Amino acid sequence: MTVTLADADRDLLGGAHGEAAAFAMRLMVRFAEAVGAPGFIDARSAHIDGCLYHGQVSLDFVEHLLALGGRVRVPTTLNVGSIDLIHPELFRGDGDLLTAGSRLMIAHEELGCVPSYTCAPYQTMFRPQLGWQIAWAESNAIVFANSVIGARTNRYGDFTDLCCAITGRVPNYGLHLTENRRARVVVEIADLPPEWSDAGPACVAVGHVIGRRCGERIPAIVGLPASTSEDDLKALGAVSASAGAVAMFHAVGLTPEAATLEDALQGERPEEVIRLTADDLRATVRDLSTVPDGTPLSAVSLGTPHFSTTEFERLVPLLSGSRPAVDMYVNTSRQVMEEVEARGWDTALRAAGVTVVLDTCTYVTTIMRDLSGAVMTNSGKMAYYAPGNLNVDVAFGSLADCVASARAGRVVRS
Amino acid sequence: MTGSAAVPIAAITLVPGTSDGPAFVLQEPLSFWGGLDATTGEITDRWHPQSRAILAGHVLVMESGRGSSSGSSVLAEAIRRGTGPAGIVMLTRDAIVTVGAMIAVELYDVSCPVVLVAAADWPTLVTAKRLTLDAGSQRATLTVR
Repeated sequence: MTVTLADADRDLLGGAHGEAAAFAMRLMVRFAEAVGAPGFIDARSAHIDGCLYHGQVSLDFVEHLLALGGRVRVPTTLNVGSIDLIHPELFRGDGDLLTAGSRLMIAHEELGCVPSYTCAPYQTMFRPQLGWQIAWAESNAIVFANSVIGARTNRYGDFTDLCCAITGRVPNYGLHLTENRRARVVVEIADLPPEWSDAGPACVAVGHVIGRRCGERIPAIVGLPASTSEDDLKALGAVSASAGAVAMFHAVGLTPEAATLEDALQGERPEEVIRLTADDLRATVRDLSTVPDGTPLSAVSLGTPHFSTTEFERLVPLLSGSRPAVDMYVNTSRQVMEEVEARGWDTALRAAGVTVVLDTCTYVTTIMRDLSGAVMTNSGKMAYYAPGNLNVDVAFGSLADCVASARAGRVVRS
Repeated sequence: MTGSAAVPIAAITLVPGTSDGPAFVLQEPLSFWGGLDATTGEITDRWHPQSRAILAGHVLVMESGRGSSSGSSVLAEAIRRGTGPAGIVMLTRDAIVTVGAMIAVELYDVSCPVVLVAAADWPTLVTAKRLTLDAGSQRATLTVR
């Protein structure tokens, strides 16, 4: 497998843009050989998940790039880190991790990355546009960019995301190419549970099924409710990328490369058709909870992926009334929080005793005070990861059910 | 190491370097993230048939990779600590393994060469006791003992 290098790539390798870019390009050429990419194209933006501490090598890599004079060459956002730098007192892990984790985040800023610290960079001013070639990490951001926006990225991750940012180049293979964005599987929703008033739970259920049954194949979903919002598609993608390796889906009539089913399939026949009934969706949602209704709760956790402005807009009216009996956490980004404050919603959040977590999230780091009982969430992704990452029981429910349960101190459903 | 039954095999370099060690043939793909303890070199994936085995110092023979891209960090961290494999022989290209080994050699100058072999040579490799890897920038040679 020979990788064809353009003049721009040779300049990078030869050190025309500094030693850090040469180092990063060397790594990317090996990467391109390993994935079978024939060459490179320009990246318009990058999103980096290396600011979450995995061990000494995470820090050594970034310090090495800094020592070589490294600087990102395209707009580059940062995923969540290990620490809420705005509220470091929330951190409950050990002191060495606090020091190394904080340094890792700051070192990325020194490389010129934007301190966005969010797993939802698509909710910032750095949101890409239809057709943009980008180099993104973080599974939910990847699936959102490809599916909901129609920007183009493969599943970049450790080291390669930052090397793309430092070189401004991305290997031209996989989902960067139109022909590989075709749906292979059709997921038909035959009917929706009539008792579900919003599209949220249905989207989480469909996302979960896709994750388990499609592998890396791209599905085209037919029959989502017309009321499906961008936040619902965000939740769908996030759980699909947690339960499986989904990097892209089409939602017919909702996402930009799927005006029709034929468009999503690019005129070809699907390899498989999966039909989901209301009972299938109910069963999937039921299985996301590891405890029965009525179970006492320690906490309610919202915003995985990070809460958007519109999700806060839905949450705030639900908070009026009696104060929650258990801890409520909402994970979000600095930029969304500024918007929340500008609209004056922070008063209602404070009055209800809600803890807003910035820069990080409640399942990648030790923040939640009390984990003796179950945790309730409206996030399929949180429900998928929390039992393993935090060793807790979870209850999954709609946003309204989460708030009602926080107030009751146990799992209740409307 | 001048064994009389040495058999040379031509391979493609994914990550250059030289190494020598006892062969460890993975019976199933292994995700380094969540499957390898970088502090001990132990396979920690309880569903893996070789769970609890120690990889350190062995030339790993694996058909393909598996799992999250965070596996690159775990592999690089294990190589840095000296608990990782001495070299890796693969039947299919894998970006996670390639990147992890590249990072280790670039940052720490600890080489864990990664090479790609042809399907025809696979039966010989899975019975190897000891493997020597000599991986140049593009072409590599394996010696099976």
